[in-house]
Amino acid sequence: MSAFEPTVIDTVNAASREQESYYLASQWQLIWQRFRRHRLAMVGMVILAILYTFAILAEFIAPYNMGTRFPEAIYHPPTRIQFAHEGRLQRPFVYGTTKERDSYTLELKFTVDPEARYPVHLFGKGEPYRLWNLIPLERHLLAVEEPGRLFLIGSDDIGRDLMSQVIFGSRISLTIGLVGVTVSFLIGVILGGISGYFGGIVDVIIQRVIEFLISIPTIPLWFALSAALPPDWGVIKTYFAIVCLLSLVGWGGLARVVRGKLLELRELDYVTAARIMGVSVPTNIRVHMLPNFMSYLIVALTLAVPGMILGETALSFLGLGIRAPAVSWGVLLERSGNLNAIQLYPWMVSPVLFVVVTVLAFNFLGDGLRDAADPYK
Amino acid sequence: MWAYLTRRFLYMVLLILVTSMVSFVIIQLPAGDYITTLAVRYAATGQVVEQEVLDALRIQFGLDQPVYIQYFKWFTNVLQGDLGWSFQQVRPVSELVAERIGVTALISVCSLTFAYVVGILIGVVSAVFQYSVLDYFFTIVGFLGLASPNFLLALILMVIIFNAGGAVGGLYSTEYLNAPWSWAKFLDLLKHIPLPMIIVGTAGTAGVARVMRATLLDELQKQYVVTARSKGVAEIRLLFKYPIRVALNPITSTIGWELPAIVSGTVITDMVLQLPTVGPMLFSALVAEDMFIASSLLLFLTSLTVIGTFVSDMLLYSLDPRIRVN
Repeated sequence: MSAFEPTVIDTVNAASREQESYYLASQWQLIWQRFRRHRLAMVGMVILAILYTFAILAEFIAPYNMGTRFPEAIYHPPTRIQFAHEGRLQRPFVYGTTKERDSYTLELKFTVDPEARYPVHLFGKGEPYRLWNLIPLERHLLAVEEPGRLFLIGSDDIGRDLMSQVIFGSRISLTIGLVGVTVSFLIGVILGGISGYFGGIVDVIIQRVIEFLISIPTIPLWFALSAALPPDWGVIKTYFAIVCLLSLVGWGGLARVVRGKLLELRELDYVTAARIMGVSVPTNIRVHMLPNFMSYLIVALTLAVPGMILGETALSFLGLGIRAPAVSWGVLLERSGNLNAIQLYPWMVSPVLFVVVTVLAFNFLGDGLRDAADPYK
Repeated sequence: MWAYLTRRFLYMVLLILVTSMVSFVIIQLPAGDYITTLAVRYAATGQVVEQEVLDALRIQFGLDQPVYIQYFKWFTNVLQGDLGWSFQQVRPVSELVAERIGVTALISVCSLTFAYVVGILIGVVSAVFQYSVLDYFFTIVGFLGLASPNFLLALILMVIIFNAGGAVGGLYSTEYLNAPWSWAKFLDLLKHIPLPMIIVGTAGTAGVARVMRATLLDELQKQYVVTARSKGVAEIRLLFKYPIRVALNPITSTIGWELPAIVSGTVITDMVLQLPTVGPMLFSALVAEDMFIASSLLLFLTSLTVIGTFVSDMLLYSLDPRIRVN
């Protein structure tokens, strides 16, 4: 009887409406709803968005152009943007520095000169450049008035602004993971798909190859392979060679995930039903089976990216990966790889912060995606 | 049971065979050989070496023959314990490698143990207390461990220890450097192991903890856990009796890919710390195209992981009854 009371009807309606919106939402809407609740993953996504925007607009974001050298400012420590002078708030500026040689250690030192103040402008005019090698511009995100210098994280051993180098280097470091994962993804899904769907002798062969690849320690293998790259290859060629090296090792893990899941799903009734109804093998895999293990794939993919970024960094750090004059984070770190450099010029290690932040962001993103990708759980 | 063991064993032998081929061929990939490197080095100092001399050297070392014959010769020698000749050091490879292999294996095994013991502990704690402060703390530390390149961790710890007045680099104190093996030298070595062990193990720890946490979380939601809980089984007893045991299986199967990662980590960490292990040796051999030593080391490192995978299969076999039945 009470079912006819208006209040009860309302709550029933509200509940069913909520349920209805849940049932009517597409898989991707549900994934997005879940994903948004994972705060770290959202943070990771925002960080990655910023980093990739920086990489795309590198010429504009970087205070100086790629390779611009200031011979008078070798190993210049980081300059801080100041907002107050003698206790009074001012427009942002940087102090000038004067160079001195320490009479005892013979070490070059830069001392802040409080008289020389150079204003820093947002969207100010700086070195002229061509955005993407096309659009001639001269405004930078941050520009300091001449002859002031803006070395946000210091300058390196040949007087280049490290921050600008890091931003330009992100073009290589950030894309190498994505391109590498795409390559491994293609190989992994195709071979893993063949292996899992058909089974039999094909499966055995592919599995053995994968097991072999997985059981080889990557760094020595990368060592050996990249030592085989001709040193006279250009930047682009080396880049793609390194990508291929990284994904040569990376695809095995993905193929395994795909195969394992396909083997499991192949036996399910709805897949059999689709097969009996005459759905072709690729369509069956793509439409009916792939969405079912998408979560595992996405997680495996996002977690494969940092591995590749770290791989590139390690290789370049040892001088076997990307080589100068091309700039990547690993190349920048190559110079700081000893006790002396770290003690004297600690800021030279700062590119590693970008590596760590990127890798962390990818890991958080992957974690959030894993929790979200199976919304029916 | 024996059928399974034999099959896995034969498979391991086959893998090592393939590995030896790949190791040998990869080293041959760069254009030129050690003789070219030698000629370049002489040219750099202004000396000119005649083509005939170079050719004679090639014939002497058998470098003029096709790759498969060279491989065959090398591998049959390897089976007899002769790893070839190091051009660079002008010593037999077996002698050079023998000094380093034991230490490399020791560091790898220690790091692996460290990674698993610490990783499993952290994984269990963060799964049982999901979304607690501890969970978040371990997650963040684990992520940092996963995210920082091994060489960075090595550099940072090196600087910290150096500034604290400790000795950096090397595996032996100076007085034991050239001393013959003795109990005291071994103890001295053990004192130097923790630094590389922690550096190499940390990345692995993060991976293990992550897998452990995820699988244990999956297990904890299952019906049998709910049933056991509703029957009033004590929480600790319940945890150790079923879910942890189930969750250990995927962990054991990760040894197969955790080991190569550990070996990789060892190689790069040892290069930064300048430890007398296989890693730095492989690097310099590769750069100089000192092929026999490079091939032997690559073979050793890969065999280490192949054998490790075999051992992990055996472990899994004894842990998981489902494998025994099939």
